[in-house]
Amino acid sequence: MPDRTLWQAVACPRFLRSVWPWRAVLYVLTGAVVGVLVLVGLTLAVVVAGAGAVVVVGLPLLPALGLAGLPVGRWERRRLALVGGPPVADPHEEPETPGLWAWVRTRYREGATWRELGYAVLLAGLLWPLDALVVVLALGVPAGLAAVPVLMATAGGGAQASVLKQWTVTSWPVAFAVAALGVLLLAAGLYAVGVYAAARAEPARLLLAPREPGGAELGVRVAELTSSRARLVDAFEAERRRIERDLHDGAQQRLVALTMTLGLARLDAPPGPLAGQLATAHTEAGLALGELRELIHGIHPKVLTDYGLPAAVADAADRAVVPVDIELGLPGRLPQPVESAAYFVVCEALTNVDRHSGASRAVITGGYLVDRLWLEIRDDGCGGAEAATGAGAGAGSGVGPDPDAAPRAAGADAGVGIGAGARADSAVRRGTGLTGLADRVAVLDGRLSLSSPPGGPTLLRVEIPCEWTEPSG
Amino acid sequence: MLAEDSVLLRDGLTALLTRCGHEVVAAVGDAEALLAAATGHAPDVVVTDVRMPPGLTDEGLRAAVRLRELRPGLPVLVLSQYVQRSYAAELLDSGDGSGVGYLLKDRVGHVEEFVDALGKVADGGTVVDPEVVRQLLRRRRDPLEKLTAREKEVLALVAQGRSNGAIARELVVTEAAVGKHIGNILTKLDLPPAEDSHRRVLAVLAYLRA
Repeated sequence: MPDRTLWQAVACPRFLRSVWPWRAVLYVLTGAVVGVLVLVGLTLAVVVAGAGAVVVVGLPLLPALGLAGLPVGRWERRRLALVGGPPVADPHEEPETPGLWAWVRTRYREGATWRELGYAVLLAGLLWPLDALVVVLALGVPAGLAAVPVLMATAGGGAQASVLKQWTVTSWPVAFAVAALGVLLLAAGLYAVGVYAAARAEPARLLLAPREPGGAELGVRVAELTSSRARLVDAFEAERRRIERDLHDGAQQRLVALTMTLGLARLDAPPGPLAGQLATAHTEAGLALGELRELIHGIHPKVLTDYGLPAAVADAADRAVVPVDIELGLPGRLPQPVESAAYFVVCEALTNVDRHSGASRAVITGGYLVDRLWLEIRDDGCGGAEAATGAGAGAGSGVGPDPDAAPRAAGADAGVGIGAGARADSAVRRGTGLTGLADRVAVLDGRLSLSSPPGGPTLLRVEIPCEWTEPSG
Repeated sequence: MLAEDSVLLRDGLTALLTRCGHEVVAAVGDAEALLAAATGHAPDVVVTDVRMPPGLTDEGLRAAVRLRELRPGLPVLVLSQYVQRSYAAELLDSGDGSGVGYLLKDRVGHVEEFVDALGKVADGGTVVDPEVVRQLLRRRRDPLEKLTAREKEVLALVAQGRSNGAIARELVVTEAAVGKHIGNILTKLDLPPAEDSHRRVLAVLAYLRA
């Protein structure tokens, strides 16, 4: 079914040939029936409770009236499926403690309960008569017109038939003309019912669907914050790249020129104390150059920009002290922020492996599945790693079109099995670096998880949703 | 023939090379000029920086690989600020890997080493910066564990493109001993025995890159 909601279906030229008109008719018809039932039920309840209150027995029934909207709300939420759109979740909270009393207290405190009661009253008093009226006008009248030739042939004995009990038709051509008009009106009526049903579902959805605290404003605010956070990370990345470029094109070139000049001077220098000092200066300049090179590499590795993630990961593994096995297969280049974040996660993980774990080797596996990059860094060390908790929660999660979707936590899941016993142990290593990385991954809507039971092994996993592009060249 | 975008370094290198008896037929500042000049001048050897305008990424390296496609066997020495296997690998894969060099820029400070490497490349040898070789050696730990400490030393020198004689002088052993070490290394690493020095280097490097 290409159309997801009744509104879209009404706008579609194939509306009359689809199943949607009948869904709309069904919605309106059942609406009328349910409305009558609710009216009867409410009236009875009020009467019984009112009469019973006089003789005390009915007293408990009075507060129960407040909850009358609950079954109506439940039933109506299910009926909303007829007009399409996202399914409406149950707006009620679970009571914290079991038992009837807790349940009643929770329900009375919720706005949703009172909104449902309001809807029930609205349905009983106003909506169902409207529903019935629409069905009669939009479908009953055209059907009556279309049936005229049949009436003429049967009840009228071929001589005459009454049209909607208002006037009389006495000849076949006129009867068939009326029938044709009826068919046309029926088509128009189906459209009318479709539009009415879609409009009629709106207040129901408004009153019966769950509400976020702060509602739409909060959603807007979260979206703003999410995008501003992403902008900050981008700005930070751009700044890193600028610093790297400036250092490379400025200080590094000058230092190279300096070592070259000193090298030449050493060739010319006569043996003696001056040559010794030149040699020292030359060595110092060389060391400074080496340090600067490492610094620049740490700020933004060139290999990542030029060759992509697998090459950069291999490079990071080259620099690690422990031997690292890599199995990383990617279909192509990934967006730059994703590559950067994944690369720095790998670097941080390898640093932690080298520094704290006492591991004898590490394994990096990774790939691209469906629509996300995944990477795992595993070591056989002593475990007990901690990713500081409280890393950013999922950006914009659960604000999608599907209210049933559970919000995804994009922060670092605290490691499995970090018990109180492990905390006092000196083997615990605090991955403060990982917190920042978890934030960075979260900005990209990804997630970072760490499992590091005492005694190992430690497993760090990162997943980032992204699209890949063809490798250039 | 020299390509380097930093004027300071370009002039410095020109002075250095002239001093050591080489003639710089052209010194250019970007990759396009390098391609144009190299096709015009037919130099004996090209020295280029990896990072060059316009993009300041790896245009110099691209130009070097392109030049070797146009003129197979043209000796090219690439200078880089980075210890990057990928760059070195790409360069070694261009042509048959003879007459190429990948050096860290810092090496130009060690004048004799640099000029020596340049001479080797011009003569069709293969030179890879010791830093890069060190990285390669660190990487391939497992099979290398079969090698003795002395064999590892020899291997590092082979990978830098040294001849048996030079290695013998460096380690103060006889050339025959070096030959024996190299034979052992090639056997232990499952490589075909190779006499020719740059072929030997290539075999080792290809193994290390695998």
